[in-house]
Order: sequence, then structure tokens, then C-alpha cells
Amino acid sequence: MESNEMVLEFDSKSSNEGFARISVAAFAAQLDPTLDEIADIKTAVSEAVTNSIIHGYEEKKGKIRIECKIEGDEFYITVIDWGCGIEDIQKAREPLYTTKPELERSGMGFVFMEVFMDSLEIISQKEKGTTVKMRKKIENTNKKNGKPM
Amino acid sequence: METNLEIKDDFLVIYLPKELDHHTTKDIREVVDKILIEELLKGIIFDFSNTAFMDSSGIGMIMGRYKAISQKGGVVVVTGINPTINRMLELSGLYKIVEVY
Repeated sequence: MESNEMVLEFDSKSSNEGFARISVAAFAAQLDPTLDEIADIKTAVSEAVTNSIIHGYEEKKGKIRIECKIEGDEFYITVIDWGCGIEDIQKAREPLYTTKPELERSGMGFVFMEVFMDSLEIISQKEKGTTVKMRKKIENTNKKNGKPM
Repeated sequence: METNLEIKDDFLVIYLPKELDHHTTKDIREVVDKILIEELLKGIIFDFSNTAFMDSSGIGMIMGRYKAISQKGGVVVVTGINPTINRMLELSGLYKIVEVY
């Protein structure tokens, strides 16, 4: 199966949130996704990156790495930080649960990643960091309908 | 970043930016909270007409403003919602506390 990979690494700064999701969406564009699929990917990336900035590094200096892979019609995104890690992953995945209500976090980040992507895996170790792995099948309706790309 | 807003008939209308994320909500929060202290308002209208992208930071920002204004008897209204943003508002249960126009 044909595959294609891309890696991004950038500072843990909120001004990079837009850069990260737009770069990943641009790479995913090769799969000819629909506008809805692009919106789903952008949201999932934004949630993961924002989590790394706010929770992983608590808005302090750090690096965030994004690895993307296209394999057939599957799109894989891995977001890695080397921050403080997640205390309780089960709880963190619950809707409306947040450890930072004072920062007005809605507690919907992992829920949106789960809903907008086909799979979500969270690997975290205290004081070591967090890795979020997501996968989404791009249906590629244009190809199926026989329309020119 | 500049936040576009105006006060119309005792309602604070906030014209949200193209991309509403953790980065852009910080500025909006600051500006709006200052106005909420200074002015007596009937409510806040979040206008999404120009907004193509939102993540959960937008949900948190609306919830926060709702808490502030509902204590003073005000309401929160959202308008100009696209289908993706609509889904997020539904999933987060925000429609239980805000009105849609």
C-alpha cells in the first residue's frame, strides 16, 4: 500500500495552534477529503495541540511534535508532548471533565477528537509526556463518483 | 488581534473571528469581561457569521460568559452557526443554556 509521511515540530505557543491544524489539513488534502472531513481533522488537531500547550506544558516552554501518515485512504495523526502527563486518562476522556476550569476549559477536547476521528488512543506517563494517536478514513467521494480530481 | 463588537439595544454583539481557538478566545475574553463590568446589559450575542473554525476553547469561552451574565439576569444568544460548529454546540450541551437566532 502506498504511504506518505510528514513530521512537524514547533514550540508550545498558542499562536502555533492555527499553524499546526492548517499544516496538517494541507497534508491531508492529498487524500481529496470533503470540506467536512477537513473541518473534522482541523478540530481534532487543534484540540490535541491545545491540550499539550495548556495541560502538558501548563503554558510554559516546550516542544510539540506532530507525525502524520497517509496509508491508502487512512489518515493517521500522532501528537506528542514531553510535558507533565495525564493523571487519569479515563476521567480526562469524560465529557465536560476538566482539570482547569479556572482557564474556562470546556472539558470537551477528547470528546471532539473521539467524535470527529474514527479512533483515538491516549498514551501518557506522569512527568514524561503524552502521545495522542488518531486515525480517520477519508471516504474520497469525488473518486467514488468518478468525478475528475 | 482586534475584537469587533458593539452594543445594540442593551445587547453586546460580538462578531467572532474567522478562527475561534485557544489563542483567539484569550483576547475576546479580556475585552468582553471589561465591558460586562462597566455596562448593564440584557445579554450577549455571539455572531458566528464570519467564523469558519472553532474548537472546544470556543465552548469554554461561551460557557464562561454565560456564567457571568446569567448572574445579572442576562441571556446568551448565538447566531450565524455553520453545521460543524452546530454539531459541537449540540455535543457540549450548550443549547441548554444559549438561544439560537
